[in-house]
Amino acid sequence: MNKLLMHPAAKPVIFGLALLPLMWLVLAAATDQLGANPAEALIRSLGEWTLRMLCLVLAVTPLRVVTGTPALARFRRMLGLFVFFYAVLHLLAYAWFDMGLDGAEIARDIAKRPFILVGMLTGLVLLVLAATSFNRAIRWLGAARWRMLHRAVYAIAGLAVLHFYWMRAGKNDFAEVAVYAALLAALLVWRVWHHRQQRYKAPTPVQASGIH
Amino acid sequence: MPIPSCHREFQHPIASEITPRAVYEERRELLRLWAAGAAGATLAAWAGREALAEATRPGKLAALPGGASAVAGAMSLEKPTSYQDASTYNNFYEFGTDKADPARNAHTLKTTPWTVEVEGLVKKPGKHGIEDLLRLSAQEERIYRMRCVEGWSMVIPWVGYSLAELIRRVEPLGSAKYVEFVTLADKARMPGLGSRVLDWPYVEGLRLDEAMHPLTLLAFGMYGELLPNQNGAPVRLVVPWKYGFKSAKSIVKIRFTEKEPATAWNKAAPQEYGFYSNVNPMVDHPRWSQATERRIGEDGLFAKKRKSLMFNGYEAQVGQLYAGMDLKKLF
Repeated sequence: MNKLLMHPAAKPVIFGLALLPLMWLVLAAATDQLGANPAEALIRSLGEWTLRMLCLVLAVTPLRVVTGTPALARFRRMLGLFVFFYAVLHLLAYAWFDMGLDGAEIARDIAKRPFILVGMLTGLVLLVLAATSFNRAIRWLGAARWRMLHRAVYAIAGLAVLHFYWMRAGKNDFAEVAVYAALLAALLVWRVWHHRQQRYKAPTPVQASGIH
Repeated sequence: MPIPSCHREFQHPIASEITPRAVYEERRELLRLWAAGAAGATLAAWAGREALAEATRPGKLAALPGGASAVAGAMSLEKPTSYQDASTYNNFYEFGTDKADPARNAHTLKTTPWTVEVEGLVKKPGKHGIEDLLRLSAQEERIYRMRCVEGWSMVIPWVGYSLAELIRRVEPLGSAKYVEFVTLADKARMPGLGSRVLDWPYVEGLRLDEAMHPLTLLAFGMYGELLPNQNGAPVRLVVPWKYGFKSAKSIVKIRFTEKEPATAWNKAAPQEYGFYSNVNPMVDHPRWSQATERRIGEDGLFAKKRKSLMFNGYEAQVGQLYAGMDLKKLF
């Protein structure tokens, strides 16, 4: 498994797979396959794919440790950037299709709707993490500080679920929200549990890799 | 139909029964047009629209023809939404909360036999078979705008008659102030009832004068055919000046009450969904603006949303029902 993941083609393959949802959405929009309200379908699907990517990137470390496949770590940054990528498209679709790219209208909407405000905040934190995702940024910040900063991904998870929850509150329908909340919570709880386990054991250099 | 005197007394105070100025002025205007010889063009447009409605008959269900309605405001000249969109994108939580769910799941609904029970404060309570209801009054076609509280809209050619036709026949008592509509809640056939999204059965309600307004439609069909299950077959309400959820679908009970009915969405979120829920661009939903709407199938992906109209554009017809009311409080 490790060998397969270390293959030079592995990264391009994952990259291509992560682009598939977007390609499908573009194709569906072009061929009128998105139902009666394509704008709504696009905005929502892009939001859902952002959440799915977030679950994926947060699953990398638990999977790596549990299955003993260190090579998985290679894909973490790319998947993290795909979270940002889909979030940007989600925001763009909202700003364009729902708000007609009207800045004043968007400002009013942020003030009006708490879930939009939360979505924007999530986007801002994501932007900071994406902007500090390259190697040189790690060097500038220093590994310890960089790691602290990038723990903000947990805040992103919380904010994203709150955003989705609030959006669905109107429909009083939380089934899907609960699925994502449970998934993300499980991934976070695993980290806390794992961290404690590590502490009980004799300190090893592994611990230095943090709880990501 | 002989009209008993008590009936007359009941009818008398209802403002909506008095021919509004707009209506008789419209009639005079029409007469003037005829006299001026312009009627030809008007009639041509009229006939053209009927031909259009005929042409767009989807051919999926049994035909239910209706003559063009003479009720003021009942024939919107806007382009009807495609049958495909109107029958595959709507809310009917009994079949799931996604707007594609009703079309996917409502085939399980059994619409025959079907009875609608009229009860409460009426002289003539009783059960009405759907066959009798269909024949109770002449079926009319009415092209209404439909504005969903979520911010999208359609234009739908319904077939039915004014609910007032039924209400007059069951003779409400003087104490009846409200009308409650109850939707079927059949666990075996409605998969959405398994969720606790709303308090089932779905209940909606109108003030009696709203229910008596000629625009309030008891609908049996759309696009010249019987209603598809997902749109509320075999009989539903259509109240065009209120947000869509006020128009109860697949009705099994109509109850006349003295107190304001506890309606489904109002119970679920009273601060968000008022009893009246008139379309009002000036009163936002607590969580989003109601100033604009997206017309399904018409406004392109990059088009700006269109402005929503007071009472969904039916202000001339229904505005007087709310004279003196603070619509910000009684939203």
